[in-house]
Amino acid sequence: MRYAMAIDTRKCVGCSDCVVACQTENNVPIGYCRDWVTETVDGSYPNVEIELRSERCNHCDNSPCVRCCPTGASHIVEGGVVLVTPHKCIGCGACIESCPYDARYSHPEGYVDKCTFCNHRITKGEKPACVAVCPTKCMYFGDLDDPNSEISNALKNRKHKVLAPEAGTNPHIFYLV
Amino acid sequence: MKEELFISGREIPNIDPYLHIWHWQIPIYLFLGGLAAGILFFAGLYTILGKEKEMQATVKWAPFIVPFALVLGLFMLFLDLKHKLYFWQLYTTIRLESPMGWGAWVLMIITPISLVWCASYIREVFPKWDWKFEFLRKFELWVIDNRKIVAWPMVIYAVILGIYTGILLSAFNARPLWNTAILGPLFLVSGMSTGVATIMWISKSHEERKILGRIDLLLIAIELFFITHMIMGALAGSQVMIQAAQLFLGGEFTVSFWAFVIVLGLIFPAILEILELYGYKIPIAITSFLILLGGLIFRFIMVEAGQLTRYLY
Repeated sequence: MRYAMAIDTRKCVGCSDCVVACQTENNVPIGYCRDWVTETVDGSYPNVEIELRSERCNHCDNSPCVRCCPTGASHIVEGGVVLVTPHKCIGCGACIESCPYDARYSHPEGYVDKCTFCNHRITKGEKPACVAVCPTKCMYFGDLDDPNSEISNALKNRKHKVLAPEAGTNPHIFYLV
Repeated sequence: MKEELFISGREIPNIDPYLHIWHWQIPIYLFLGGLAAGILFFAGLYTILGKEKEMQATVKWAPFIVPFALVLGLFMLFLDLKHKLYFWQLYTTIRLESPMGWGAWVLMIITPISLVWCASYIREVFPKWDWKFEFLRKFELWVIDNRKIVAWPMVIYAVILGIYTGILLSAFNARPLWNTAILGPLFLVSGMSTGVATIMWISKSHEERKILGRIDLLLIAIELFFITHMIMGALAGSQVMIQAAQLFLGGEFTVSFWAFVIVLGLIFPAILEILELYGYKIPIAITSFLILLGGLIFRFIMVEAGQLTRYLY
């Protein structure tokens, strides 16, 4: 099982519902968030293209954060989900430095926090909160190993990209372009 | 190839400013680690070579700084932790993949070695020193008789510690400036140079200083060579690496890097050392101070600049 997420940049309207849903679902402290929306503008007038991307931890196959964690607080669970165990984290900051996506942050209580793919929901067969609330249904979540899953179909039929592929992390968040 | 002109949306008030997670503690930690590695390396080396008599400051006096430097360094690391009460977990796990992890273990090994080393010389510094217990007295006598046995692991662990101060940074490919294999050797050589500078400052023997001055000249030359390599390597690298090198070539850190590290911290002390070799009297405090300051600023710049280099945002 390899969980992954695909986000349709042509459908996303940048409403930030995914951000709020995540904050609510995971009790993220005020002023912090585990996912965010970026807007990039390519080209110059009149040939301009806007791309909106909902971004979060990429749950990389080759995750530098797990490799550099001195205590094993950062670890990979079934499905390739990268998690942090708060009571094992010493807050050294090594994983924050090692993440090319800047997806991790220091929780006010000291440990490092980030997107969990809503592991508490997906283990029950539900979708992550951000995917569940998306009003334009631009996010797809599922198992890459299952050829008939929603995500496998989305990736089969559409051109897609990942962020910073040159970092060699093998990320699990895909953007349909 | 599309070019992204404008990016917005990563403006999370409580996160973005703090992604710059390492502040003044880490450069000081790296500096003290390198300094300790330098002193221990030469103390062990000259013991193995059997030159304790000629190199009194190197073998005997300077190592007394090391335990203090290492403990202060570990304290700096502790200050840097955000989840401080859980720090002990560094020592309940062994994770060889994590430089932070094995570095903490190396410190845990080399600190006792340096303490044993100092203990074996403590009665030469404080003749009235008394080990209250018989077994400590016996252990001291054993170490005095077998210094070479202690010196070998000390030299080896000193090299590992020196390299670790660089590897700690170079293991992060997310920070392109750091992500070069040259950083390990570069920090090792720089650390050794600061160690030698400290020993020179302490040494009272003209002969010893002369030998150390020559060693330091060589170390400075190697360091300049490694720094050139680091910048050349980055310029020959991918887009993010080139941007990282630009920080030193016209970017934010140009003046501080070239003026304080290269000129004041390396080239100027090297010139003073050459003049000294030709018989000019130059106060050793100036040379040593400049090398130490240059080494410290170098680590501050590397840690600060590295955190500015990113893949995204």
